[in-house]
Formats: sequence, C-alpha cells, structure tokens
Amino acid sequence: MSTPADLKYTREHEWVKDNGDGTITVGITEFAQGELGDIVFVELEEVGFDFDKDETFGTVEAVKTVSELYAPVDGEITELNEALEDNPELVNEDPYGEGWMIKIKVSDASQLEDLLSADEYDDITS
Amino acid sequence: MLKKTPFHAIHQRIGGKLVEFAGFEMPVQYKGIKTEHAAVREAVGVFDVSHMGEFFVSGPYALDLVQKVTVNDASKLVPGKAQYSCMCYEDGGIVDDLIVYKLADEHYMLVVNGANVDKDFEWISSQNSMNAELVNRSDDYALLAVQGPKSANALQKLTDVDLSGIPFYGFTTGTFAGADMIISATGYTGEKGFELYFDVNTTDAEAIWNAIFEAGDTFGMEPCGLGARDTLRLEMGYALYGNDITAQTNPLEARLGWITKFDKGEFVGKNSLLKVKEEGKTRQMIGFIVEDQRSIPRNGYDILNDNGDKIGVVTSGTMSITLGKGIGMGYVELPYAADGTTIQIAIRKKTAAATVTKPPFIK
Repeated sequence: MSTPADLKYTREHEWVKDNGDGTITVGITEFAQGELGDIVFVELEEVGFDFDKDETFGTVEAVKTVSELYAPVDGEITELNEALEDNPELVNEDPYGEGWMIKIKVSDASQLEDLLSADEYDDITS
Repeated sequence: MLKKTPFHAIHQRIGGKLVEFAGFEMPVQYKGIKTEHAAVREAVGVFDVSHMGEFFVSGPYALDLVQKVTVNDASKLVPGKAQYSCMCYEDGGIVDDLIVYKLADEHYMLVVNGANVDKDFEWISSQNSMNAELVNRSDDYALLAVQGPKSANALQKLTDVDLSGIPFYGFTTGTFAGADMIISATGYTGEKGFELYFDVNTTDAEAIWNAIFEAGDTFGMEPCGLGARDTLRLEMGYALYGNDITAQTNPLEARLGWITKFDKGEFVGKNSLLKVKEEGKTRQMIGFIVEDQRSIPRNGYDILNDNGDKIGVVTSGTMSITLGKGIGMGYVELPYAADGTTIQIAIRKKTAAATVTKPPFIK
C-alpha cells in the first residue's frame, strides 16, 4: 500500500489529516499496523482530554506487543472512533480509513507544519 | 551478519515478516498470529525452527556426560525415546532447557535453544572431563515443526513410517519425502505434531518444505512464525528460556521439579538444588489468567497483592487467542502461588485482577 500523499506523518508512525476546520484526524500508518500485527484493542483517553505534543493519548495492544500513541500536536480530543471498541481489527484492515483513532482540536496550527510529508515518512521507514 | 536458515528464500517469497532472533533472520509471522495460531489448534501449521541447536554426544562416556550436565535421568532412555530436561550451573541457576534424544546406545542428540547454542556448547565442553565425543552440528541441521491435530494425516503420504504410531516424546529415523530424517513426536504447542530434523548438506531443504505444503494443501496447512509459536506455548504454560527460566532461576521454583531427578546420581547443580529443597523455596513460578478482557500482561510488569505491595514479576504474557483473555506466567512470593489466589497485575497506570491458574490454560 502506498503512503497517501494528502496526509502528514509523525516519526511515531501516526498519520494526520487536516480537516480544514481547526481539527485533525489521527491514526497509525500502514507500516505501524504491519509492525504491530493483529491488534487486540485500542485504549484511548476520553473526549475532552487535552495534551501537549508528544504526550500519550492512548495505547494499542496487539497480540505480540503494546505500543503507546503520542499526540502529534498540542490539542484536545473532540471525537473517538467508537467502532474500534468492538472492531479493533479495523486498524489492521484499513489504517488510513475506517481505522482512524481520534479527532483533535488543534491549539497551535503552526505545529502542523513540522509534520512529515509522505515522501519524508517513506524515507524513515524504507 | 545475521544467519539464514535454509528456508530463508521461501519465507521471503511467501511474505514472511522477518526479524532478528537468536542471531538468525527468522519469520515472526506470515498471514498473522491469529490465523497461524488457529491453524495449529484446529488443523496444522509448519514452523521453521532451524535456529535450534543440535549437539551429538557419543562414545563410551556419552551417558556420563549427559547425566552430569542435565537434571533429568537420561539412563532411563531407550533408543527411540526423548526426554525434556534442563542444564544447571553449580548454583542451581538454569543454563538452558533442552530435549535429550537417545539415538542408540552411546549416542545422544541434545537439542538446545537457538539463542543459547554457543553458550551451551562452551558449557558442556567445560564439563566434559570424561572426554565423551561432543560435536556441535547446529549449522548442519534444519528443523521443521509440523504441529496440529491434522499433522499426522497431512504428512502420512510422505513416509512409510506409521506417524500416528509414534508415541509422544518418541521418535524414529526414517525416510520422509525421500530424505533421511529424525521424525520426532515432540513440539512446543500442546498439539499433536512432529519435529523433523535433517542434514542440509545431503537434503534439499526447499524440496522438503514444498513436499510438506503440497501434502498439507487439503488440510488447511499454514506456515507459522515465532509469534504464533509464543502464543501457542504460553497457552500451555511452557517455559521460554530468557523469559521464564534464566541463570537467575532454578528448576524447582520454575515448576520443573518433575524433571529434576535427585536419585539419579551426581549432576551439576544437585547440591544447590537439594539445599533449596530442604530450606524451601522463597518464590514460585505461577500461571495466571487476567479477569477482564482488556488487559494484557507483558514481560516485566509487576505483580501486586490486594494491598498494592509488589509480590513478583511477570515473565511472559500475551492475549490468549483461544480464550480471548490475557494470560501470563511469572514468579511470586510463595504465599501467593496457590491455585485460585487473586493477584493484581500492574499495567501502566492501572491494575488488573488475575487469578493464579495452573497451566495449561486451555482444555
């Protein structure tokens, strides 16, 4: 699967979609889901939880290993993907679509410019 | 430079995800751990475990050396029988666990963990005061583990050996897919299955793999990686060297008293283990099942009592694919080791209640 060019990325293997209304959608990349393997559950903080960039906002438990989720920017959670509660495998099956994790209200839009482009992200995973 | 097994090109071709393990580039998974795990529990799976080590001990002093370095009683073996055993240091700490095969009188094969091959060979050599013939042939031997309830049916067309007639922990040498092999009814999954040892210098390993998968085609056979090997062994509560047993643990506290035979004569570590037996253990390996379905124990997590005091540590843990619950193994202070005791596993910011449960965790 190619890395979608319209998304931004973090070194922690998350993707970020700018929704154009001051919010972003965040999930993990194809590379990340492949490294984790079969995901058993995704544990996320609550709506309203606010954090600084690089703080953890959740945990992904796969059969084999566990991985923290790190906030790509400062902000506050506005929405969780509730479908992951019963179907965590969506993250494996469709990481850039149905497997999205949270929406964040961004505190400082300038931080979005520090994120990686698809090409830059591909360089760190190749 | 990582070593490659003779199946390396096949793993790459069929989409195995390769990782470093025991100095080898090994497949951790192909289609996914859940699929592979289920194939072994319900049908048949094939593991490349060629990273395991094979040592051959022979000559008139062969049994003396095996008896000296292992804790089980190898004198009870007859040709065609194998036994699970372990090796200890003088202080009772575990060097490794292994399988001892009696190939013939004065001829034994020791199968050790891949990560420990060099350490083990040095250790056994250092104990070989009787000058038994001892050879490390780990690089010459490939090993495939074919495991699952349909393993015998799937493989029978490849050999004249009556596969279902081989008793558990029995083995035979015979022709399999046209090659000479040791066909052993052993495994690390809890299912019926076979481990096939053959010399890669005289056998086309890829041809053997292909013959096995052709034979398994109608049986739902899947290639399986180290990930499923770990979830399968954990459901049975089998110890993994490096996690559950180490140089800092002894076989008595590791629930391996059943293979520790004090009446067989002298062996390395015996005096220390006798002392443990007399003075009593201070801790005990346990198995446990986590009660809620959203908590997975992992190696290194603390085990607490109901007051929140640390009483031990998790040595292995995973999500049981069969139970859909977290399962694990670990060491706790002796008063907490009884079956049915409630313990708490510290998982990041929270604790999860777990029940001490003697493995196996399934069936």
